[in-house]
Amino acid sequence: MNLPSEQITINLGPQHPSTHGVFRLRVTLDGEVITDVEPIFGYLHRGTEKLAEERTYTQIVTLTDRLDYTSSMINNQAYVLAVEKLAGVTVPPRGQYLRVLTAELQRIASHLMGVGFFLQDLGASGTPLMYCFRERERILDLFEMLCGARVTVSYMRPGGVFQEPPPEFWPAVRHLLDTTPDAIAELERLISENEIVLARSKGVGVLTKEKAIDCAISGPNLRASGVAWDLRKADPYDVYADMDFAVPVGSNGDSYDRFLVRVMEVHQSIRIAEQCYRDMPGGPVRSELPFFFRPPPGDAYAHVEASKGELGFYLVSDGGIAPYRCKIRSPSFINLTVLAEMLLGWKVADLMVIFGSLDVNMGEVDR
Amino acid sequence: MDSPFDRNGLYSGLYGFFAELTPDGFGWLAYLLAGAIIVFIVVNGVMLLTAFETYMERRVLGRFQTRLGPNRVGPFGLLQPFADVLKLIMKEDLRPAMADRLTFFLAPVIMVGAILLVAAVVPFGPNTFLADLNIGVLFIVGIPTIATVAMFLGGWGSGNRFALLGAARAVAMLISYEVPMIVSLAGVLLLAGSMSLVDVVEAQRLPFIVLQPLGFFVFLVAASAEMNRSPFDLMEAESELTAGFHTEFSGIRFGLLQLAEFGELVIISAVLAVIFVSGWQNPFVSPDYAQWLPGQVWFLLKLVFFLLLFTWIRATLPRMRVDQVMAFAWKALFPLAIINTLVTAVLVVAWPEPEYGQLWLIAAINWAVAIACLVLFSRFLERHRERPTASVQLVEIPAEAS
Repeated sequence: MNLPSEQITINLGPQHPSTHGVFRLRVTLDGEVITDVEPIFGYLHRGTEKLAEERTYTQIVTLTDRLDYTSSMINNQAYVLAVEKLAGVTVPPRGQYLRVLTAELQRIASHLMGVGFFLQDLGASGTPLMYCFRERERILDLFEMLCGARVTVSYMRPGGVFQEPPPEFWPAVRHLLDTTPDAIAELERLISENEIVLARSKGVGVLTKEKAIDCAISGPNLRASGVAWDLRKADPYDVYADMDFAVPVGSNGDSYDRFLVRVMEVHQSIRIAEQCYRDMPGGPVRSELPFFFRPPPGDAYAHVEASKGELGFYLVSDGGIAPYRCKIRSPSFINLTVLAEMLLGWKVADLMVIFGSLDVNMGEVDR
Repeated sequence: MDSPFDRNGLYSGLYGFFAELTPDGFGWLAYLLAGAIIVFIVVNGVMLLTAFETYMERRVLGRFQTRLGPNRVGPFGLLQPFADVLKLIMKEDLRPAMADRLTFFLAPVIMVGAILLVAAVVPFGPNTFLADLNIGVLFIVGIPTIATVAMFLGGWGSGNRFALLGAARAVAMLISYEVPMIVSLAGVLLLAGSMSLVDVVEAQRLPFIVLQPLGFFVFLVAASAEMNRSPFDLMEAESELTAGFHTEFSGIRFGLLQLAEFGELVIISAVLAVIFVSGWQNPFVSPDYAQWLPGQVWFLLKLVFFLLLFTWIRATLPRMRVDQVMAFAWKALFPLAIINTLVTAVLVVAWPEPEYGQLWLIAAINWAVAIACLVLFSRFLERHRERPTASVQLVEIPAEAS
């Protein structure tokens, strides 16, 4: 007997519990199986690149906070590196160390959030997410000590960082570095060999090495596909060249590898932060720049290994107080390009797992 | 005139009281009044238990998730369920334009009705039940099925595709999980020799969880799927289908659906307590000895234990995918339930009237079978033989000279 059946089209988002922001997927389903996906974004467009043309070089730092709002420190770092390259500014060593320290703490916070929401998308009703958030909160408390803000930090400046950390910052960092590894280990024991997590994510949403390279995927998603590429190693900035750390590289390129790469990167970030804490040099944290800062005409591109992948800033100066053009290469946007292809043939339940494992942040996609 | 429910002391007492008050020829009035009072007590008792369960679940889940949970309304937030109900009653009751008026209206009503019907046969203590049906066990596995029909009505009738997907999953899961759930109870029935829940409790000289570990496991898993609890909460999978079949429900309709859902949890926990851990009896000593707590208290303690167990499972496990859930039901639970029934049947034939010592022997055999089966099945179904975390390796890359 041949039953007549028709495909249904559903709108996942822009308001949906697990779209990580305002993202919309128009999904065509044959029963539970996905036959067509059309990603639609732009709901969070704020015109960051255009706004940057109307701000001074220091003011633009506040705009970068709002790109990937889960890793503001790293966005700041990418931007100030581009400005420094444009103007040929040198940064005192203490400033560089502080940048690396805060960027790694931010990476931990961002990866914890990515992992937590991935597990939430798997249907683990909040417990792993809250475990991750508990650790993230402690890092945000540190940021609050540094600059008074928890999420939109604007801590870095062209030429260094905003200010010397307060005295209570250092014991708090020590305490964090001592206790976070145990907390992450607790999370790993809870979840990373859980049979249901394995059944749901092993082999699901495989991104091959070739495909990942062809689509310019970067960050943990690329490394999970088996490419040992990390800008902190390949093109070291600030003091990453002096840091001793390893890069976790996956082999299957499935959702589980992407999840595990993030968890292991947290451990490496703690290792880097530990070295920064140990080797923190004295001296000024920032080289003085004039208030109306005018880089010479020219252009510069700087990229960093952000928590989601390669974050690049391309700045063109016409000698004025604001950039003539500011182009942002955001990792989430480019990582999202493979999503539709990865989803075809999987079930609705896998959709959220695959999307969650890519760890996309909409603030960065729509800019 | 004898009451049809001789074994129910409370009912007989009330019936006698009203029978004296009413004139001759009005026996049916006494019958009706006594029944109405008992129904009132049972329904409200179940509702209060459900309200308490929602509060307890939120508090305990909060503890699991390193947060506080409701603690603002009343002492320790105890009045939170009532505040929620008040809020839901006052909210506007929206009906989507595409919704089918009749099914959309009927779904919450049928669901709550089905759950309250099951409460009728559950013995909450000695002489504390509404009816002692001679097919009680059949009743408690059959009637909750109506709730699933209501889920489908609600999901299909609300004219929403998320709800429709949730409803389709609900029906698929109902078909899969009813079967092992019923078969897993066969062993209990063989041992008890009766389908009446009161008889089942009284037959438990040892709690059936000791005699029927495999049956208990299968029933626990199938029941948590049946009542839509994690890790089988597919039909309202929040991260996929927003809220599944009750996406479009709001106001007190939503409240009724929640009441039915948590009510089902309470009822299933009660059934577990009755069937597997000897209901109102003291589980630690043979029922021949005197109880040092009232039966109702024992029953409540066991009920709360199962509620906490379900909360614990919910706090810990991620959700399974729809095809994995189906495969689990047919490839694991169903054969396990069949094996359990066969082994129990052989044992019952071997020892038709077991003494207390022989009961322990039966328990030992059943435990051996249960452990062997679970180990074999987990080996058989296991797919990741190597250490799963080995797929990601740390690679030392030398830093390029800048």
